Parts: sequence; structure tokens; C-alpha cells
Amino acid sequence: MSAESSVLFDAPGPRARRRYMVIAIVGSLGILALLYLVISALAAKGQFTAAKWSPFLDPVTWTSYLLPGLRATLVAAFFSVILAIICGILLGMGRLSEAAPVRWACGVFVEFFRAVPVLMMMLFAYYVFLFGFQISGEALPLLGVIAGLTFYNSCVIAELIRSGVGALPKGQLEAGLAIGLTPFATLRLVLLPQAITIMLPSIVSQLIVILKDSALGFLILYPELVRSGQTLASLEGNIIPTFMVVAAIFIIINYLLTRLAHYLERRLQTRRRGPRLPQAQPLRSPSMAPGGAMAASGPN
Amino acid sequence: MLNDLSELLAEYNVPAAFWMTIKLTVVSAIGALLIGTIIAIMRVSPVAVFRSFGTAYVTLVRNTPLTLIVFFCAFGFYITLQYRLGSQDSPIDVQNFRWGVLALAVYHAAFVAEALRSGINSVPKGQAEAARAIGLDFGATLSNVVLPQAFRGAIAPLGNVLIALTKNTTVVATIGVAEASYLMKGMIEFRPDLIYAIFVIMATGFVILTLPVGVLFTTLSRRLAVRR
Repeated sequence: MSAESSVLFDAPGPRARRRYMVIAIVGSLGILALLYLVISALAAKGQFTAAKWSPFLDPVTWTSYLLPGLRATLVAAFFSVILAIICGILLGMGRLSEAAPVRWACGVFVEFFRAVPVLMMMLFAYYVFLFGFQISGEALPLLGVIAGLTFYNSCVIAELIRSGVGALPKGQLEAGLAIGLTPFATLRLVLLPQAITIMLPSIVSQLIVILKDSALGFLILYPELVRSGQTLASLEGNIIPTFMVVAAIFIIINYLLTRLAHYLERRLQTRRRGPRLPQAQPLRSPSMAPGGAMAASGPN
Repeated sequence: MLNDLSELLAEYNVPAAFWMTIKLTVVSAIGALLIGTIIAIMRVSPVAVFRSFGTAYVTLVRNTPLTLIVFFCAFGFYITLQYRLGSQDSPIDVQNFRWGVLALAVYHAAFVAEALRSGINSVPKGQAEAARAIGLDFGATLSNVVLPQAFRGAIAPLGNVLIALTKNTTVVATIGVAEASYLMKGMIEFRPDLIYAIFVIMATGFVILTLPVGVLFTTLSRRLAVRR
């Protein structure tokens, strides 16, 4: 948004520009003072000494802790995304089904599991695998994380699919039925491919949510990035520098994914004869950005 | 099943855990609303420095896992750096609660800011132009024309943030705040035989907490929607 054109402020004249300049200088001094306070407070506590940061120059730090942790995070996210997309499409089709019982069952399932925190589902899945299926060892926390993330996110993706189909022009369904396709075939061959395409930016944004939520695996001892960072920090005694590095890794990956989502969104908008983008976002859908732009990840 | 449920409810103080969840939600929501409003004002201000600061805050916070922010507060600032929030001699669980609330507020402030900004962006530019054309000054344009529409547009996304915040309070179980998921972990470890009943109780608790909020915000945003 440029300063010249916004709904709140008129294009500034010479006096306003001078005023903005003064505010900008004062504001930057304020922000710099704030940053200085934070940095000097951390420095006073010895957080910027070489001893705290030199471990990151040691290749072993990366090969034994951070990279395996990143790998574990990505593995969990990868399997969860694949499973969540498959289950989400199936659930979404269920919610759009002609058969009322199927529609009803899928609706209850989706609404229920969307209201339950991911962490609870991870804990539940972990202990069900542990006590119910007698699984142990390395696979147990991974399965817990994947199950928890899949349950929650397949419900979110089901809602995305449903709102994507709802945003398609009515003529698509009518045309499908008119050429003699069954309702199910119309959904599968005509509506779903278009819905998935227009919802692609939101699905990529959901990937960011999944990546972030994989850090909840910490509580069930999954050796993802945050946990391996903490193991490293307890050896080196540098918890704040380590968390900063881990945060930077997450921010870089997620920022790139956000760019990808924005790119997809722009490409879809400039397609000349593509389907219309949904006008209004469905209420209470946590994955759709709590903001106007679709391609922004939600808080969960 | 019903016997199991009543046995669990008699044995464990489930309402107390959910009361903690509610306290976390309410206090963090107020904090997130305060910080988020400031960030949103910065993001829409005509001064470029503030805009970049707001954008930087939203980008950094939104892309960091909440778990990491909670640990930063609890293990970094509280345990390692010995910073305390509020009274110096308050016990460790009070300090954990406060740091947890701070982490939740900081994280969700980014989403509150985005919700408010999207509300402002939903107001067509013609509204402000029309207001100026009939002779309203800057203050009157904002308070009579733009902001009333912007707040209505922000209701639905703010509701989504509040629901997400309610569910995300479970993350502070990782630093030992005795809320619902913390209790659930303890219950399952002591009574693994009743694991399904435990999950039903705790999950239903969250459905009861979040469904009315969802219905309320949906109704509000429908009723107050600006027809264009």
C-alpha cells in the first residue's frame, strides 16, 4: 500500500509531507531506541559473546543437531500434508455428497475435529499408538505428530475444498449434469479440479501452518527442530542464540512458502477466463487468513 | 462409557483446568488486541518507517511457531535471563502463566493486526472520497465513515483469531501451565485404560468453548455486514 493512495489518508500536500517527515524521524529514533534497549539488555546478560555463538561455526552443531532436527520437521510436515490433502479431499467430497447421511457424518466429523486443539490430538494419537497398538521406539512420536496434524488439517482442507466448490459459477454444475454426468462424476471431473486450483494458495498457506504446528511434537518427544535446538542449547548453554537461529530457519522457510502462495494467487487472478475467486471467505475457517488476502497463513 | 466419564470427572478437576484455559484466553486476547491494534495502526500509517516496522513484526511473528515463542519467553527470558513479570517474589507457576500470556499475546497480535488491516482494506476508496466531497474533515471522515465500516469488516477475521487463540492456549502446557491439555496428559498417564473417555471429555470441552464464539461472531458479522 503506498502512502499516496489509501482510504484513510489523502495524498499529502507540502505541509503534510513535512509533518510526515518529522514523525518519521521521531518514529525511527523511537524504534532504534527500542531495538537498542533490547540488544543492550541481551548484551549485558552476555548473550552476544563469542562463546554463545561460536557453536554455530562448528559443523557438528549443524550435522548432529540442527539439520537432523530440520529433517525431522520436514518429514513430519511432508507426510502430514500428503495425508491431509488426500483425507481433506475425501472429507470435502463427503460434505458435498448427494447422500444426506454421508454429508451429515462428514459435517459432524469436520466441525468436531476443527474445534479440538492440534496438541490434544497429538497427545491422544501418541498414547493410542503407545497403549492401543503397543508401538514404541522412534516411530511412535513421528506417528503421533503425523496423526495429530493430519486429523486437524484434513478438516481444514475439507472446508477449503467445500468453499472452493461453493465459489464456482453455478453453470459449472449445471453443464456437468446437462451433458449426462452423474452428480458424483460432475463433482469429481468438473468441480473438484477447479476448486482445488483456486484454493491452491490457501492450501500452500496451510502448509505453513503444518510446518509451524509440527513444533508441537516437542511435547511428545519428537526430535524436531525446536527439540533438537533445545538439546543443543542444554549442551552449549546458549539457549537464546539457539532459539534465534531456529526461529530464523522457520522464518526463512515459511517466508518462501508465503511468497509461493502469493505468486500462485496472483497468477490465478490474472488468468483471463479462470473461475472467479471466492468473494467472501467462509466464516470460522481458521485456515483462510484472518485477513482479506487468501494467501496468508492463519494463527493455527 | 458413562461410568467412565463420571468416574473421571469425580477423580480429576476438569473444570479447574478449563477455567485456566479460559483465563489464558481472555487475558491473552486483551493483550493481543492491544498490541495488534498498535501494529495495525503502524501498518496503515502514512509514514513509511512505521509501515515497515509493522510489516516486519507481522512477517517475523507469523512465520515463527508459537511453541518457539513460548519457549523463548519461558526458558529464555524467565529461566535463563531471570526476567520476572510483575511482582518479583511471585511463585514459578504464576510467572509461567504470565510469560505464557505474553507469548500468546505477542503471537496472536500479528493476526489481530492483519484482521484489522483487512477490515480497513475492505472499505472502498470511494467512501473516503465521498466523505471528503461532502466537506467532512479528516477526523470526521475517519470516525463517521471509514472506521465504522472497517470494524464491521474485521469482525469475522477477529472471531477466527479468537477461536484459534482459545485452541492455542494448549501450547503453554509445554511450560507447565495447568490448563486443559496439561491435565489431559496427566490423566492419560495415570488412567491409560480410559484414554478414549478422557479424549471425549477434553475435546468436548473445547467444542463447548469454541462453538458459541464461532456462532456469536458469525451472527454478529452477518448482522453488521456492510451491504455494498
